[in-house]
Amino acid sequence: MSVLTQIRRNDQPIYLDYQATTPTDPRVLEAMMPYFIHKFGNPHSRSHSYGWEAEEAVEKARGQVAKLIGADEKEVIFTSGATESNNLAIRGVAEFYKDRKNHIVTTVTEHKCVLDTCRHLEQQGFEVTYLPVQKNGLIDLEALRAAVTDKTVVVSVMAVNNEIGVIQPLAEIGKICREKKTFFHTDAAQAAGKIPLDIEAMNIDLMSISGHKIYGPKGIGALYVRRKPRVRLVPLIVGGGQERGFRSGTLPTPLCVGLGEASEICLKEMDGEAKRLTKLQQRMLKGLQDRLPEIYVNGDLEHRIPGNLNISFAYVEGESLMMGIKSLSVSSGSACTSASLEPSYVLRALGVDEELAHTSLRIGLGRFTTEQEVDTAVDELVRHVNKLREMSPLWEMAQEGIDLKSIEWAAH
Amino acid sequence: MPAAVYLDHNATSPLRPAAFDAMVEALRAGGNPSSVHGVGRRARALVDAARRQVAALVGALPAELVFSSGGTEANNMALAGSCRRRVLVSAIEHDSVLKAAPNAEVVPVERSGVIDLAAFERQVMSGEPALVSVMLANNETGVLQPIAEIVRLARKAGALVHCDAVQAAGKVPVDLHGLGVDYLSLSAHKLGGPAGVGALVVRNGVRFRADRRGGGQESNRRAGTENVAGIVGFGVAAEAARAGLAAAALRDRLEQALRSIAPQARVFGAEAERLPNTTCVSMPGVAAATQVMALDLAGVCVSAGAACSSGKVHRSAVLAAMGVSDAEAGSAIRISSGWNSRAEDVDRLIAAWRDLYVRVGQSDIPKSQAA
Repeated sequence: MSVLTQIRRNDQPIYLDYQATTPTDPRVLEAMMPYFIHKFGNPHSRSHSYGWEAEEAVEKARGQVAKLIGADEKEVIFTSGATESNNLAIRGVAEFYKDRKNHIVTTVTEHKCVLDTCRHLEQQGFEVTYLPVQKNGLIDLEALRAAVTDKTVVVSVMAVNNEIGVIQPLAEIGKICREKKTFFHTDAAQAAGKIPLDIEAMNIDLMSISGHKIYGPKGIGALYVRRKPRVRLVPLIVGGGQERGFRSGTLPTPLCVGLGEASEICLKEMDGEAKRLTKLQQRMLKGLQDRLPEIYVNGDLEHRIPGNLNISFAYVEGESLMMGIKSLSVSSGSACTSASLEPSYVLRALGVDEELAHTSLRIGLGRFTTEQEVDTAVDELVRHVNKLREMSPLWEMAQEGIDLKSIEWAAH
Repeated sequence: MPAAVYLDHNATSPLRPAAFDAMVEALRAGGNPSSVHGVGRRARALVDAARRQVAALVGALPAELVFSSGGTEANNMALAGSCRRRVLVSAIEHDSVLKAAPNAEVVPVERSGVIDLAAFERQVMSGEPALVSVMLANNETGVLQPIAEIVRLARKAGALVHCDAVQAAGKVPVDLHGLGVDYLSLSAHKLGGPAGVGALVVRNGVRFRADRRGGGQESNRRAGTENVAGIVGFGVAAEAARAGLAAAALRDRLEQALRSIAPQARVFGAEAERLPNTTCVSMPGVAAATQVMALDLAGVCVSAGAACSSGKVHRSAVLAAMGVSDAEAGSAIRISSGWNSRAEDVDRLIAAWRDLYVRVGQSDIPKSQAA
C-alpha cells in the first residue's frame, strides 16, 4: 500500500469527489510510462517495430477492457472518453437506422451529454421519450415497456447515475429491449469497474466507458458495440479509418494501455473494494445521521454503488457549505454543470423540493479513501452544518415549530 | 528491441522529456477542471496555461483554441462546424478532411505538389460561398501550400478557409493571423507532445457550431472532460517546438547523399517549398514495402506513406495527384526527422539505403517486386 498512500499529502484537502474524476492509480501510471517514452510508436505504423509494439499494447488493452464487461475484444472501440462514446452510440445508431426507425427512449436523469444528444436528434426529426424516474431514482420498468414501440431504435439508460449513484435494473431493461427488438445502450461511465457488468446476461448492445472514472487517465474511453447480432453505426469522426471505421484518429497508445490496466485492476479488486467502500459509506452516513438532524439521502440506498452518497442538509445552502469546508473536495452535483448554481435536474426529477435540492452535497468515496478521512470529513461536515444552521433564521424558525411552507413571504 | 534510429516523425514524434515530466505531474495531481473545489481549480489552471502556450505557437489568442482528441477530430470539427454546404478541398488533403467532406469539390495540384491556384480561383469563384480546406504542409511530401494566397482568393469569393496545419506546426513558423485563415487544425503528437490531443483554432468572430454534445467544456465548443495531462504535454511541447524550429540542413544533406548513390532516385516535391524535415524519395525498381522492411532490419524506421493507411497496400493518392506513375510511386518512401534527430541518424539511414540499393536496386528487378 506504500505507493497508494502517496496519493494524498497531509496538507492537501481530502478528496471526496470520485464521481467527478478519480486519481490515476499509480499502477496504471506505471503501466503507461514506457509507452510515453521508449515505446512511442504510432500503432497504425505497420512498417517498423515501433509501430508493431504499440499495436500489440493497444490490442492487449482492448482485451482487458472487453474482459471487464464480458465482451469480445473485437467489440471494443477506443474513443476520447465517455462523452464521445455516448454521442457516438446514440447518434450513430439513430442516423444509421433512420430510414426504418425514428424513436429513442431515455430517462430524465441521464448525463447531460446523453440528453443534449437526444435534444439534437429531436431537432433532426427524431422522437424522444424521456422516462421519469421514481422517488428512489430508478426507472419504472412497466413505463419503459409501454414506451418502447416498433419505431424505437435505441433505449439509452445509464447504468449508474453520476449524482446519486443509483444502479438501474440493467438486466431487466435489457430483457425488455431484446423482447421488443430494440437496441439497448447504457452509459456505464460511473458503473464500469464498480459493479459487475455482463453484456450477455444484461443484453446490452452498446456500452460507454470512461477512463478517468475508473482510476485511468483522462482523454480515453471506450464504446462496446455488439457484433452478434450486429449493431451498426454512422461514425462521428472520419479519416484514416482506424477502429474498424467507427472512429478515426491516431490511437493514443499510453492512454489505451492506461484504460486497459485500470480495467484489469478494477475487475480483480472489485469485490474487495466494494466491501471496503460499503463499510466506509455506512460509517459516513451513520456518523452524520447520529450527529445531525434533518439530513436526507437522495436516491435509493440499496441499489446504489458504495462509493456515493448524496445528502441534503436541510436549512444549509449547499454552495456555502462546500465553500466552507475547504479541507474537503466535494461537489454540489455534476462537475460538468457545477459552475452553474441551478439546482440539480437529477434531484428535481426525484421530486426533491427546490429548497432541499439546494442543500445537497455529492460525496464520492473511492479506492484511496481511508477510514480516517471519512471520520475527519464527518467531523468537518457536522461542524460546518451546525455553524451554518446557527446563523440561519429559517433553521431557528423550524426549531420553534413554525411551518415554513405556511409563511407568505413579502415580495421585494 | 526497437530500432535505434527513428525517422518517421510525420507518423508520430517521440514525446519530449519536458512534456513527459509535466504530464506525469498532472496525472499525479488529478482533478476535473470543471470541479469548483481546489483540486479542480488547479487542474483548470494547468489547462489554461497550456492553452496560452499552444496559442503562442500559432499566433492565436488563447480563447481561439478548442482542444480536441487530435488532428483528425479537429479537421472533422472544422468541416462540420463551419456550416457551409459547399466545400472545396485540394487533391492531397489528409483522409480526415477528404472523408469528412465526401461531396467536396476537389482542386488539383501541380506536378510540384503545390495547389493549382488558377484552377482554385476558377472553382472558388463559381458557385455559392464555400468552405475551403487546404493543408499547410503535406504529410507525405512535406510540400508547403500558398495559404495566404489561397485566403486572398477565397475572400474575394466570400469563402471561409480551413487549414490543416497538423504537419506544419512546430516545424515551420505558423501564424494564424498572418495566414488569415478562419480555422486551423493542430495535433500534439506530431510535434513531440502526446497522442490523443489536438486543437482546432477558430479565429475570433468566425462562426463555429459544436458537433459534440454534453457538458459545457471548451466554452461550449467541445463537450467532454478535458484530457488535462495530455493538454499540459501539448503546451510544453508547443513551447519547446517554438523555441527550436527545425533547420533543413539534415534533409538537404540526406537528399544529396541519396541522389549521389542513385542518380535516378527522385525526391518528390523537390521543386517546391517544403518542410525542413520531410523527404519523400524513390529507389527506382525497389518496392517501398521492401525498402521499409530492409531498413527496419537495419535498425532504421521510416514509412511507405501515411501511417494511417500504411498497413494497406494501395498507391499514394498524394503522389498520384502529382502525376507520379504507379510504378514510381510504388517505390517511394517517406523519411521524416524531428526534434531528437541527429546527423548520425541520417548517416545510418544513408548507409542502410546504400546497402539495399547495391544489393537489389541495381540488379534486375525481381519478379516479386515488379508486381
